[in-house]
Amino acid sequence: MNTIFTRGPSLPNRLALALALSALLLFVDHKLDGFQSTRVYLNSLVSPLQYLADLPGKLLNLSAERLASQQQLIEENARLTSQIMLMSEQLQRFSVLQQENDRLRKLLGSPVQPGMRKMIAELMAVDNNPFSHQIVINKGALDGVYEGQPVLDDQGIVGQIMQVGTTNSRVLLLSDVTHAIPVRIARNNVRLIASGSGRLDELLLQHVPHSTDMQVGDLLVSSGLGNVFPQGYPVAKITAIVRDEGRPFAQVSTKPMANLDRIRYLLLLWPNDSGAESAPEQTSVGGGS
Amino acid sequence: MRLRPFAIPLSIMTALVLQIMPMPAIADIYRPDWVLLVLAYWTMALPNRVNVGVAFLSGVLLDVLLGTSLGIHSIGLCIVIYVLAANYQRLRNYSVWQQAVIIGLLSALYHLILFWLQHLLTDVYFQFDYLLPVVSSTIIWPWLFWLLRKVRRQLRLS
Repeated sequence: MNTIFTRGPSLPNRLALALALSALLLFVDHKLDGFQSTRVYLNSLVSPLQYLADLPGKLLNLSAERLASQQQLIEENARLTSQIMLMSEQLQRFSVLQQENDRLRKLLGSPVQPGMRKMIAELMAVDNNPFSHQIVINKGALDGVYEGQPVLDDQGIVGQIMQVGTTNSRVLLLSDVTHAIPVRIARNNVRLIASGSGRLDELLLQHVPHSTDMQVGDLLVSSGLGNVFPQGYPVAKITAIVRDEGRPFAQVSTKPMANLDRIRYLLLLWPNDSGAESAPEQTSVGGGS
Repeated sequence: MRLRPFAIPLSIMTALVLQIMPMPAIADIYRPDWVLLVLAYWTMALPNRVNVGVAFLSGVLLDVLLGTSLGIHSIGLCIVIYVLAANYQRLRNYSVWQQAVIIGLLSALYHLILFWLQHLLTDVYFQFDYLLPVVSSTIIWPWLFWLLRKVRRQLRLS
Protein backbone atom coordinates (compact mmCIF):
# COMPACT_ATOMS: atom_id res chain seq x y z
CA MET A 1 0.00 0.00 0.00
CA ASN A 2 1.16 3.54 -0.68
CA THR A 3 2.00 5.42 2.44
CA ILE A 4 -0.01 8.56 2.71
CA PHE A 5 1.76 11.82 1.88
CA THR A 6 5.13 10.59 0.75
CA ARG A 7 5.97 14.07 -0.43
CA GLY A 8 4.80 17.57 0.32
CA PRO A 9 3.60 19.02 3.60
CA SER A 10 1.80 16.96 6.24
CA LEU A 11 -1.97 16.82 6.43
CA PRO A 12 -2.55 19.44 9.17
CA ASN A 13 -0.18 21.78 7.35
CA ARG A 14 -2.11 21.27 4.15
CA LEU A 15 -5.33 22.10 5.95
CA ALA A 16 -3.79 25.23 7.47
CA LEU A 17 -2.49 26.31 4.07
CA ALA A 18 -5.84 25.70 2.35
CA LEU A 19 -7.79 27.49 5.08
CA ALA A 20 -5.43 30.46 5.02
CA LEU A 21 -5.75 30.68 1.24
CA SER A 22 -9.55 30.41 1.46
CA ALA A 23 -9.72 33.09 4.14
CA LEU A 24 -7.55 35.35 1.99
CA LEU A 25 -9.78 34.73 -1.04
CA LEU A 26 -12.87 35.41 1.06
CA PHE A 27 -11.43 38.64 2.43
CA VAL A 28 -10.23 39.95 -0.93
CA ASP A 29 -13.43 38.93 -2.73
CA HIS A 30 -16.02 40.00 -0.19
CA LYS A 31 -14.47 42.93 1.64
CA LEU A 32 -12.25 44.46 -1.02
CA ASP A 33 -14.20 43.37 -4.12
CA GLY A 34 -10.83 42.55 -5.68
CA PHE A 35 -12.00 39.91 -8.16
CA GLN A 36 -14.41 41.95 -10.26
CA SER A 37 -12.36 41.56 -13.43
CA THR A 38 -11.05 38.08 -12.62
CA ARG A 39 -14.59 36.84 -12.09
CA VAL A 40 -15.38 37.50 -15.75
CA TYR A 41 -12.60 35.12 -16.78
CA LEU A 42 -13.50 32.58 -14.10
CA ASN A 43 -17.14 32.63 -15.17
CA SER A 44 -16.14 32.16 -18.81
CA LEU A 45 -13.83 29.34 -17.77
CA VAL A 46 -16.57 27.36 -16.04
CA SER A 47 -19.33 28.15 -18.54
CA PRO A 48 -18.84 24.77 -20.34
CA LEU A 49 -19.90 23.08 -17.11
CA GLN A 50 -22.97 25.29 -16.96
CA TYR A 51 -23.89 24.48 -20.56
CA LEU A 52 -23.42 20.79 -19.73
CA ALA A 53 -25.68 21.06 -16.69
CA ASP A 54 -28.28 22.86 -18.77
CA LEU A 55 -28.25 20.18 -21.48
CA PRO A 56 -30.75 17.62 -20.05
CA GLY A 57 -33.37 20.33 -19.46
CA LYS A 58 -32.79 21.65 -22.98
CA LEU A 59 -33.22 18.16 -24.45
CA LEU A 60 -36.42 17.59 -22.48
CA ASN A 61 -37.79 20.92 -23.67
CA LEU A 62 -36.81 20.11 -27.22
CA SER A 63 -38.49 16.72 -27.14
CA ALA A 64 -41.57 18.24 -25.50
CA GLU A 65 -41.74 20.75 -28.34
CA ARG A 66 -41.29 18.01 -30.93
CA LEU A 67 -43.96 15.84 -29.35
CA ALA A 68 -46.59 18.55 -29.00
CA SER A 69 -49.80 17.31 -30.55
CA GLN A 70 -51.55 19.10 -33.38
CA GLN A 71 -54.49 19.81 -31.10
CA GLN A 72 -52.24 21.60 -28.62
CA LEU A 73 -50.61 23.61 -31.38
CA ILE A 74 -53.96 24.67 -32.80
CA GLU A 75 -55.16 25.71 -29.36
CA GLU A 76 -51.99 27.62 -28.67
CA ASN A 77 -52.18 29.30 -32.05
CA ALA A 78 -55.77 30.40 -31.41
CA ARG A 79 -54.85 31.71 -27.98
CA LEU A 80 -51.87 33.64 -29.29
CA THR A 81 -53.85 35.09 -32.19
CA SER A 82 -56.53 36.41 -29.88
CA GLN A 83 -53.86 37.76 -27.56
CA ILE A 84 -52.19 39.56 -30.46
CA MET A 85 -55.54 41.06 -31.46
CA LEU A 86 -56.13 42.39 -27.96
CA MET A 87 -52.58 43.69 -27.66
CA SER A 88 -52.45 45.39 -31.03
CA GLU A 89 -55.68 47.14 -30.19
CA GLN A 90 -54.08 48.38 -26.99
CA LEU A 91 -50.94 49.30 -28.91
CA GLN A 92 -52.94 51.52 -31.24
CA ARG A 93 -54.32 53.40 -28.28
CA PHE A 94 -50.87 53.40 -26.70
CA SER A 95 -49.17 55.14 -29.62
CA VAL A 96 -51.81 57.86 -29.58
CA LEU A 97 -51.44 58.20 -25.84
CA GLN A 98 -47.67 58.33 -26.12
CA GLN A 99 -47.82 61.13 -28.66
CA GLU A 100 -50.25 62.98 -26.46
CA ASN A 101 -48.03 62.40 -23.44
CA ASP A 102 -44.99 63.67 -25.33
CA ARG A 103 -46.87 66.79 -26.37
CA LEU A 104 -48.03 67.42 -22.81
CA ARG A 105 -44.52 66.86 -21.46
CA LYS A 106 -43.13 69.30 -23.99
CA LEU A 107 -45.81 71.72 -22.87
CA LEU A 108 -44.66 71.32 -19.29
CA GLY A 109 -41.02 71.72 -20.28
CA SER A 110 -39.83 68.32 -19.06
CA PRO A 111 -37.79 66.24 -21.50
CA VAL A 112 -39.51 63.56 -23.54
CA GLN A 113 -39.15 60.04 -22.12
CA PRO A 114 -36.69 58.27 -24.37
CA GLY A 115 -37.15 54.82 -25.83
CA MET A 116 -34.76 52.14 -24.68
CA ARG A 117 -32.66 49.44 -26.30
CA LYS A 118 -34.04 46.03 -25.34
CA MET A 119 -32.90 42.45 -25.78
CA ILE A 120 -34.49 39.08 -25.06
CA ALA A 121 -32.47 36.67 -22.95
CA GLU A 122 -33.13 33.09 -21.97
CA LEU A 123 -32.69 31.38 -18.63
CA MET A 124 -29.72 29.04 -18.54
CA ALA A 125 -29.53 27.77 -14.99
CA VAL A 126 -30.95 28.39 -11.56
CA ASP A 127 -28.56 28.27 -8.65
CA ASN A 128 -29.36 25.92 -5.84
CA ASN A 129 -27.57 28.04 -3.30
CA PRO A 130 -30.25 28.54 -0.63
CA PHE A 131 -28.64 31.68 0.77
CA SER A 132 -28.81 33.72 -2.39
CA HIS A 133 -31.32 34.05 -5.21
CA GLN A 134 -29.50 34.15 -8.51
CA ILE A 135 -30.06 32.91 -12.02
CA VAL A 136 -27.79 32.62 -15.04
CA ILE A 137 -28.88 33.95 -18.44
CA ASN A 138 -27.45 33.35 -21.89
CA LYS A 139 -26.33 36.91 -22.72
CA GLY A 140 -22.98 38.32 -21.69
CA ALA A 141 -20.37 40.97 -22.28
CA LEU A 142 -20.38 40.20 -26.02
CA ASP A 143 -24.00 41.37 -26.19
CA GLY A 144 -23.25 44.56 -24.28
CA VAL A 145 -24.59 43.39 -20.92
CA TYR A 146 -23.20 45.44 -18.04
CA GLU A 147 -23.21 45.14 -14.27
CA GLY A 148 -26.24 46.67 -12.59
CA GLN A 149 -28.40 46.36 -15.70
CA PRO A 150 -32.16 46.00 -15.05
CA VAL A 151 -33.78 42.66 -16.00
CA LEU A 152 -37.52 42.23 -16.57
CA ASP A 153 -39.98 39.55 -17.53
CA ASP A 154 -43.42 40.02 -19.06
CA GLN A 155 -45.01 40.82 -15.69
CA GLY A 156 -42.52 43.13 -14.07
CA ILE A 157 -39.00 43.68 -12.80
CA VAL A 158 -37.02 40.51 -12.04
CA GLY A 159 -33.71 41.85 -10.77
CA GLN A 160 -30.40 43.23 -11.90
CA ILE A 161 -27.21 41.90 -13.46
CA MET A 162 -24.68 40.98 -10.81
CA GLN A 163 -21.76 39.44 -12.68
CA VAL A 164 -21.00 39.48 -16.38
CA GLY A 165 -19.27 36.65 -18.24
CA THR A 166 -18.31 36.57 -21.90
CA THR A 167 -21.41 34.74 -23.12
CA ASN A 168 -23.52 34.47 -19.98
CA SER A 169 -24.21 36.53 -16.91
CA ARG A 170 -25.66 36.22 -13.46
CA VAL A 171 -28.84 37.96 -12.33
CA LEU A 172 -29.54 38.86 -8.70
CA LEU A 173 -33.28 38.48 -8.10
CA LEU A 174 -35.43 41.04 -6.27
CA SER A 175 -36.14 38.50 -3.55
CA ASP A 176 -32.51 38.09 -2.49
CA VAL A 177 -31.85 39.29 1.06
CA THR A 178 -29.12 41.64 -0.09
CA HIS A 179 -31.29 43.32 -2.73
CA ALA A 180 -33.52 46.38 -2.36
CA ILE A 181 -35.32 48.45 -4.97
CA PRO A 182 -36.78 51.96 -4.71
CA VAL A 183 -40.51 51.89 -5.51
CA ARG A 184 -43.55 54.10 -5.36
CA ILE A 185 -47.21 53.24 -4.95
CA ALA A 186 -48.82 53.72 -8.36
CA ARG A 187 -52.02 55.10 -6.80
CA ASN A 188 -50.59 57.99 -4.79
CA ASN A 189 -46.82 58.16 -5.50
CA VAL A 190 -45.74 57.42 -1.92
CA ARG A 191 -42.08 56.48 -2.12
CA LEU A 192 -40.87 53.29 -0.41
CA ILE A 193 -38.06 50.76 -0.55
CA ALA A 194 -38.85 47.09 -1.20
CA SER A 195 -36.16 44.74 0.05
CA GLY A 196 -35.85 41.03 -0.59
CA SER A 197 -36.98 38.60 2.08
CA GLY A 198 -35.08 35.46 1.04
CA ARG A 199 -38.34 33.86 -0.11
CA LEU A 200 -39.21 33.91 -3.80
CA ASP A 201 -42.82 35.05 -3.30
CA GLU A 202 -42.32 37.90 -0.86
CA LEU A 203 -40.74 41.35 -0.71
CA LEU A 204 -40.76 43.41 2.47
CA LEU A 205 -41.37 47.13 2.85
CA GLN A 206 -39.30 48.33 5.76
CA HIS A 207 -39.52 51.47 7.91
CA VAL A 208 -43.03 52.39 6.80
CA PRO A 209 -44.86 54.69 9.26
CA HIS A 210 -48.28 53.54 10.47
CA SER A 211 -49.95 56.58 8.93
CA THR A 212 -48.79 55.87 5.37
CA ASP A 213 -51.66 55.66 2.92
CA MET A 214 -51.50 52.04 1.73
CA GLN A 215 -54.13 49.47 0.89
CA VAL A 216 -53.96 45.77 0.22
CA GLY A 217 -53.83 45.36 -3.55
CA ASP A 218 -51.86 48.54 -4.23
CA LEU A 219 -49.42 48.22 -7.11
CA LEU A 220 -45.81 49.22 -6.48
CA VAL A 221 -43.87 50.48 -9.50
CA SER A 222 -40.19 51.30 -9.73
CA SER A 223 -39.56 54.94 -8.89
CA GLY A 224 -36.40 55.44 -10.94
CA LEU A 225 -34.53 56.80 -7.94
CA GLY A 226 -31.08 55.31 -7.57
CA ASN A 227 -30.57 55.33 -11.35
CA VAL A 228 -30.48 51.54 -11.68
CA PHE A 229 -34.04 50.66 -12.63
CA PRO A 230 -36.02 52.78 -15.11
CA GLN A 231 -39.13 54.29 -13.57
CA GLY A 232 -42.68 53.05 -14.04
CA TYR A 233 -42.25 49.28 -14.30
CA PRO A 234 -44.40 47.11 -11.99
CA VAL A 235 -42.49 45.55 -9.09
CA ALA A 236 -44.92 44.11 -6.55
CA LYS A 237 -48.42 44.15 -5.14
CA ILE A 238 -49.23 44.69 -1.45
CA THR A 239 -50.66 41.49 0.05
CA ALA A 240 -50.83 42.18 3.78
CA ILE A 241 -50.52 45.18 6.11
CA VAL A 242 -50.17 44.70 9.86
CA ARG A 243 -50.57 48.00 11.69
CA ASP A 244 -49.56 46.91 15.19
CA GLU A 245 -49.20 50.14 17.17
CA GLY A 246 -46.91 48.35 19.62
CA ARG A 247 -44.23 48.21 16.93
CA PRO A 248 -42.37 51.25 15.57
CA PHE A 249 -43.31 50.59 11.94
CA ALA A 250 -46.11 48.96 10.02
CA GLN A 251 -45.29 45.49 8.71
CA VAL A 252 -46.06 45.26 5.03
CA SER A 253 -45.52 42.21 2.87
CA THR A 254 -45.81 42.29 -0.87
CA LYS A 255 -45.79 39.77 -3.68
CA PRO A 256 -43.47 40.34 -6.64
CA MET A 257 -45.33 40.83 -9.93
CA ALA A 258 -42.74 38.82 -11.87
CA ASN A 259 -43.04 35.05 -11.45
CA LEU A 260 -39.60 34.63 -9.94
CA ASP A 261 -39.98 30.86 -9.71
CA ARG A 262 -41.16 30.44 -13.34
CA ILE A 263 -38.66 32.44 -15.29
CA ARG A 264 -37.93 31.34 -18.85
CA TYR A 265 -37.54 34.40 -21.09
CA LEU A 266 -36.26 37.70 -19.81
CA LEU A 267 -35.92 41.22 -21.15
CA LEU A 268 -32.70 43.19 -20.76
CA LEU A 269 -32.97 46.99 -20.84
CA TRP A 270 -30.40 49.66 -21.62
CA PRO A 271 -31.99 52.69 -19.93
CA ASN A 272 -29.10 55.01 -20.82
CA ASP A 273 -28.69 53.92 -24.41
CA SER A 274 -30.78 56.54 -26.14
CA GLY A 275 -28.86 59.76 -25.87
CA ALA A 276 -27.49 62.23 -23.38
CA GLU A 277 -30.83 63.47 -22.13
CA SER A 278 -31.63 60.33 -20.16
CA ALA A 279 -29.72 61.44 -17.05
CA PRO A 280 -31.53 64.77 -16.50
CA GLU A 281 -34.77 63.01 -17.40
CA GLN A 282 -34.40 60.60 -14.51
CA THR A 283 -33.62 63.30 -11.97
CA SER A 284 -36.54 65.42 -13.08
CA VAL A 285 -38.91 62.46 -12.83
CA GLY A 286 -37.47 61.52 -9.45
CA GLY A 287 -38.04 65.05 -8.19
CA GLY A 288 -41.59 65.07 -9.51
CA SER A 289 -42.73 61.80 -7.99
CA MET B 1 -6.68 1.60 -20.13
CA ARG B 2 -6.65 5.18 -21.40
CA LEU B 3 -9.37 6.36 -19.02
CA ARG B 4 -7.28 5.71 -15.93
CA PRO B 5 -5.62 9.09 -15.33
CA PHE B 6 -8.88 10.94 -15.96
CA ALA B 7 -11.22 8.88 -13.78
CA ILE B 8 -10.94 11.00 -10.63
CA PRO B 9 -11.11 14.43 -12.37
CA LEU B 10 -14.03 13.21 -14.48
CA SER B 11 -15.96 12.00 -11.45
CA ILE B 12 -15.42 15.33 -9.68
CA MET B 13 -16.46 17.15 -12.87
CA THR B 14 -19.65 15.09 -13.02
CA ALA B 15 -20.36 15.89 -9.39
CA LEU B 16 -19.95 19.62 -10.11
CA VAL B 17 -22.38 19.39 -13.04
CA LEU B 18 -24.90 17.49 -10.90
CA GLN B 19 -24.51 20.13 -8.21
CA ILE B 20 -25.53 23.00 -10.50
CA MET B 21 -28.07 21.20 -12.69
CA PRO B 22 -31.44 23.01 -12.68
CA MET B 23 -34.13 21.01 -10.89
CA PRO B 24 -37.75 21.67 -9.90
CA ALA B 25 -38.03 23.60 -6.63
CA ILE B 26 -39.43 20.64 -4.68
CA ALA B 27 -36.54 18.34 -5.55
CA ASP B 28 -34.02 21.14 -5.33
CA ILE B 29 -34.02 21.42 -1.54
CA TYR B 30 -33.20 17.68 -1.30
CA ARG B 31 -30.24 17.83 -3.68
CA PRO B 32 -27.41 15.72 -2.18
CA ASP B 33 -23.95 17.28 -1.81
CA TRP B 34 -22.55 15.49 -4.84
CA VAL B 35 -19.13 17.12 -4.72
CA LEU B 36 -18.71 16.39 -1.03
CA LEU B 37 -19.75 12.75 -1.49
CA VAL B 38 -17.43 12.09 -4.44
CA LEU B 39 -14.49 13.78 -2.73
CA ALA B 40 -15.25 11.83 0.45
CA TYR B 41 -15.13 8.53 -1.42
CA TRP B 42 -11.81 9.28 -3.12
CA THR B 43 -10.33 10.56 0.13
CA MET B 44 -11.23 7.35 1.91
CA ALA B 45 -10.13 5.10 -0.93
CA LEU B 46 -7.01 6.91 -2.17
CA PRO B 47 -5.99 9.46 0.44
CA ASN B 48 -2.57 9.81 -1.17
CA ARG B 49 -4.16 11.20 -4.35
CA VAL B 50 -7.21 13.11 -3.18
CA ASN B 51 -7.14 15.15 0.00
CA VAL B 52 -7.27 18.73 1.19
CA GLY B 53 -5.65 20.25 -1.91
CA VAL B 54 -8.18 18.77 -4.34
CA ALA B 55 -10.96 19.75 -1.94
CA PHE B 56 -9.72 23.33 -1.98
CA LEU B 57 -9.68 23.48 -5.80
CA SER B 58 -13.14 21.94 -6.14
CA GLY B 59 -14.40 24.34 -3.48
CA VAL B 60 -13.18 27.35 -5.44
CA LEU B 61 -14.79 25.95 -8.62
CA LEU B 62 -18.04 25.44 -6.72
CA ASP B 63 -17.87 29.03 -5.45
CA VAL B 64 -17.50 30.34 -9.00
CA LEU B 65 -20.31 28.11 -10.27
CA LEU B 66 -22.71 29.02 -7.47
CA GLY B 67 -21.81 32.70 -7.40
CA THR B 68 -20.93 32.79 -3.71
CA SER B 69 -18.00 34.76 -2.38
CA LEU B 70 -14.80 32.91 -3.28
CA GLY B 71 -13.57 30.76 -0.41
CA ILE B 72 -16.81 29.80 1.33
CA HIS B 73 -17.27 26.35 -0.18
CA SER B 74 -13.53 25.70 -0.17
CA ILE B 75 -13.34 26.25 3.61
CA GLY B 76 -16.29 23.91 4.19
CA LEU B 77 -14.92 21.19 1.91
CA CYS B 78 -11.36 21.45 3.26
CA ILE B 79 -12.41 20.99 6.88
CA VAL B 80 -14.65 18.00 6.12
CA ILE B 81 -12.09 16.34 3.85
CA TYR B 82 -9.41 16.91 6.49
CA VAL B 83 -11.47 15.01 9.05
CA LEU B 84 -11.94 12.16 6.57
CA ALA B 85 -8.29 12.06 5.49
CA ALA B 86 -7.08 12.03 9.09
CA ASN B 87 -9.32 9.06 9.98
CA TYR B 88 -9.45 7.16 6.69
CA GLN B 89 -8.04 3.90 8.06
CA ARG B 90 -10.71 3.66 10.74
CA LEU B 91 -13.54 4.73 8.43
CA ARG B 92 -12.62 2.13 5.81
CA ASN B 93 -13.32 -0.65 8.28
CA TYR B 94 -16.83 0.52 9.07
CA SER B 95 -19.80 -1.04 7.36
CA VAL B 96 -21.31 1.04 4.58
CA TRP B 97 -24.30 2.10 6.70
CA GLN B 98 -22.07 3.23 9.53
CA GLN B 99 -20.11 5.20 6.96
CA ALA B 100 -23.37 6.71 5.72
CA VAL B 101 -24.15 8.00 9.21
CA ILE B 102 -20.66 9.50 9.54
CA ILE B 103 -21.00 11.10 6.10
CA GLY B 104 -24.38 12.50 7.16
CA LEU B 105 -22.83 14.07 10.25
CA LEU B 106 -19.99 15.54 8.21
CA SER B 107 -22.46 16.86 5.64
CA ALA B 108 -24.35 18.58 8.47
CA LEU B 109 -21.06 20.10 9.62
CA TYR B 110 -20.39 21.23 6.04
CA HIS B 111 -23.78 22.95 5.75
CA LEU B 112 -23.41 24.59 9.14
CA ILE B 113 -19.97 25.93 8.19
CA LEU B 114 -21.44 27.33 4.97
CA PHE B 115 -24.32 28.87 6.91
CA TRP B 116 -22.06 30.39 9.57
CA LEU B 117 -19.77 31.95 6.96
CA GLN B 118 -22.73 33.32 4.99
CA HIS B 119 -24.26 34.62 8.20
CA LEU B 120 -21.00 36.39 8.98
CA LEU B 121 -20.94 38.05 5.55
CA THR B 122 -24.63 38.78 4.91
CA ASP B 123 -27.79 38.72 6.99
CA VAL B 124 -29.14 35.27 6.23
CA TYR B 125 -31.35 33.51 8.73
CA PHE B 126 -31.39 29.84 9.50
CA GLN B 127 -34.15 27.77 7.97
CA PHE B 128 -34.47 24.09 8.60
CA ASP B 129 -34.56 23.52 4.82
CA TYR B 130 -30.81 24.12 4.71
CA LEU B 131 -30.19 20.78 6.43
CA LEU B 132 -32.42 18.65 4.17
CA PRO B 133 -29.48 17.72 1.87
CA VAL B 134 -27.96 15.94 4.89
CA VAL B 135 -30.76 13.37 4.72
CA SER B 136 -30.45 12.80 0.99
CA SER B 137 -26.65 12.62 1.19
CA THR B 138 -26.89 9.94 3.88
CA ILE B 139 -29.33 7.93 1.81
CA ILE B 140 -27.38 8.21 -1.43
CA TRP B 141 -23.96 7.36 0.09
CA PRO B 142 -24.17 3.52 -0.05
CA TRP B 143 -25.14 3.58 -3.71
CA LEU B 144 -22.49 6.13 -4.65
CA PHE B 145 -19.94 4.14 -2.64
CA TRP B 146 -20.84 0.98 -4.54
CA LEU B 147 -20.67 2.76 -7.92
CA LEU B 148 -17.35 4.47 -7.32
CA ARG B 149 -15.82 1.31 -5.87
CA LYS B 150 -16.85 -0.47 -9.03
CA VAL B 151 -15.17 2.24 -11.11
CA ARG B 152 -12.04 2.09 -8.97
CA ARG B 153 -11.74 -1.68 -9.18
CA GLN B 154 -12.49 -1.77 -12.88
CA LEU B 155 -9.77 0.75 -13.63
CA ARG B 156 -7.43 -0.58 -10.91
CA LEU B 157 -6.80 2.88 -9.54
CA SER B 158 -4.39 3.10 -6.68
